[in-house]
Amino acid sequence: MNTLVNTRMNTRATLRAILEPLLAGVLALLVLCGLLAVSGYPVRDSLTALWQGAFGSWSVLASGTLVRATPLLFTGLAVAVAFRAGILNIGAEGQLLIGAAAATAVAVHLSPAFGVAGLLLALFAGVCCGGLWAAIAAVLRLRFGVLEVISTIMLNVIALNITGMLVRGPLQEPTHTFPQSALIDQALRLPRVIPGTRLHAGVVLAVVTALTIAWFLRATASGFRLRMTGANPPAAASAGKIDVARVTWLAFVASGAIAGLGGAVEVTGVTYALYENLSPGYGYTAIAVALLARLNPARAIGSAVIFGALEAGASAMQRDAQVPAGMVGVAEACVILVLVASEWIGPRAGKGGRLIRGGTPRPGPTTTAPAT
Amino acid sequence: MSAHTAADFLDASVRNATPLLFAALGETVAERSGVINVGVEGAIIVGCLAGLAGATAFGPTVGLAIAGAAGLTIAAIFAVVAIALVADQIITGTAITMLGLGLTSTLYRVMYGDGGAALRTPTLAPIGIPLLSRIPLIGGALFDQPLPTYLAMLLVPAVWWTLYRTRFGLSLRATGENPAAARASGTSPRRMQTIGVLFGGLCGGLAGGTLVLAQVGTFAEGMSAGRGFVAIAIVALGRWHPVGVALAALVFGMASALQFLFQALDLKLPYQLFLALPYALTLVALAFATGRYRAPQSLGVRLTATD
Repeated sequence: MNTLVNTRMNTRATLRAILEPLLAGVLALLVLCGLLAVSGYPVRDSLTALWQGAFGSWSVLASGTLVRATPLLFTGLAVAVAFRAGILNIGAEGQLLIGAAAATAVAVHLSPAFGVAGLLLALFAGVCCGGLWAAIAAVLRLRFGVLEVISTIMLNVIALNITGMLVRGPLQEPTHTFPQSALIDQALRLPRVIPGTRLHAGVVLAVVTALTIAWFLRATASGFRLRMTGANPPAAASAGKIDVARVTWLAFVASGAIAGLGGAVEVTGVTYALYENLSPGYGYTAIAVALLARLNPARAIGSAVIFGALEAGASAMQRDAQVPAGMVGVAEACVILVLVASEWIGPRAGKGGRLIRGGTPRPGPTTTAPAT
Repeated sequence: MSAHTAADFLDASVRNATPLLFAALGETVAERSGVINVGVEGAIIVGCLAGLAGATAFGPTVGLAIAGAAGLTIAAIFAVVAIALVADQIITGTAITMLGLGLTSTLYRVMYGDGGAALRTPTLAPIGIPLLSRIPLIGGALFDQPLPTYLAMLLVPAVWWTLYRTRFGLSLRATGENPAAARASGTSPRRMQTIGVLFGGLCGGLAGGTLVLAQVGTFAEGMSAGRGFVAIAIVALGRWHPVGVALAALVFGMASALQFLFQALDLKLPYQLFLALPYALTLVALAFATGRYRAPQSLGVRLTATD
């Protein structure tokens, strides 16, 4: 009997896992069609351009979709880890930029003789500085009770301005003409995995990272503590004897480190230099990536490919059919809205099956009388 | 620093503070009803584009009203998802911001062509108040401003009076503190929160309209530039009180006006430093403001089915 119930629940969960992204995808497509029609663009031609730009050929799939999916997977994982721990880290964008800046700073100052060791050093710098950037928000939350949603958004803007300052100042290319860094030497770049395409080893690194995190969350005691902390902090503290503040701190920094690695991979694998507009909003799309994967790191791989395809397709659509790529941003927003709303509509409503604990007020250091 | 530079600095401070004040006052009412709406950035950017479109068709004053209506509309989407369907407020707000940014960049290209050529609209001229505008130093800053600035100034006492001197305001604040208790006393928490969010959207739209119609005179993709997030910080800094919020908005206006002051003083510093300054200041301010002054008790907490 028990098995029967379990099987039925599993079937339902599986069904839900398949139906939900499908529903979100169909809705995104409908919104896109509606927008195209209203704006007077040829719907069929535009969608064809989008499809061709994402999956049209093996080379497009590798150089476009998968190259785009790589930073989305890193940032999506960063968001998933944070959300699972009950931290609403909206700062993957800034953490990615700081990671990219740190990796560039290391790579352009190293002798090419360092080779692979130099590349690893650059990636490591990205990890560390991404983590440090997140640590600022972690301290603000744990020590001062500042909502991380607000602080990480502020830190995103500051990171963008720091990048802008670096590419016009200390890291500017030798001729001091363009707002970008010097090119990273060939020896310090991530190798291409498929010759003739732009697909680099970073995609392998991203998938390995995703699977490692999936294993960590599922099979280790630390991973269990992280999930417990996210699911119910008071229970984690009282019943599980978990140091909630410590877990929050570590998860926040780890989240930033993952996003930072994404930035480091982007400069050593794709752009080979630091630019101000390095990221077209990877850190924000990451929220959609993580939600579509229902915060599951392994599923984030598929989810990142879907959004990678959407973005690669959008670029092609803008190039070939002159359709503004901003439309895809609208479709992405609709996906997020449907996913958060369906969390309530679904059969698991009100039974603790919440995706995220978010929205509960954070404990501040002290509370006194209301301000009024 | 000459008196002339000082007067210019104050004038720029008030000008920069106006959109922030609009957005922050709206967010204050929303947060007092217990809803944190991170989508105010989205309301500002749709206000920007709607303001431009409205002004080109009907003139700047009507444009401002249309900007407010646009902000209200996008906030209505937030209200449906976050209040009626009880979805997570933060994620809904983030999506609303993405929606606003994507929608405006698309529509702008559709309406005004691919080049994104700067389409200029006539801006609202400053209205000098006789005598008062002649006061040295502060006269220009306070009494020689375009219409939206006066509107925002009048909104401060209006919001204060509504929140603290009316039965409606009491119900709204009660909802933000304890929705169950508010319900028990005959208030509908959902209704209060919906009104709070819609007012927040209206003000966000007006903030966007102000930006285009009283300051920049044109639209650029992403021109809201994080003002919605600064507004949320201002609300916390102003301790969820309209007067505190007004002062905090002025502080932020001054921080961004420093940029012009330093240019006038011919200090050679990277301009990104000034762009980043208000945000860094927000973080520091929040670190010292959040702990001591309490946010509405139920801020960001989703209502239960019975509310």
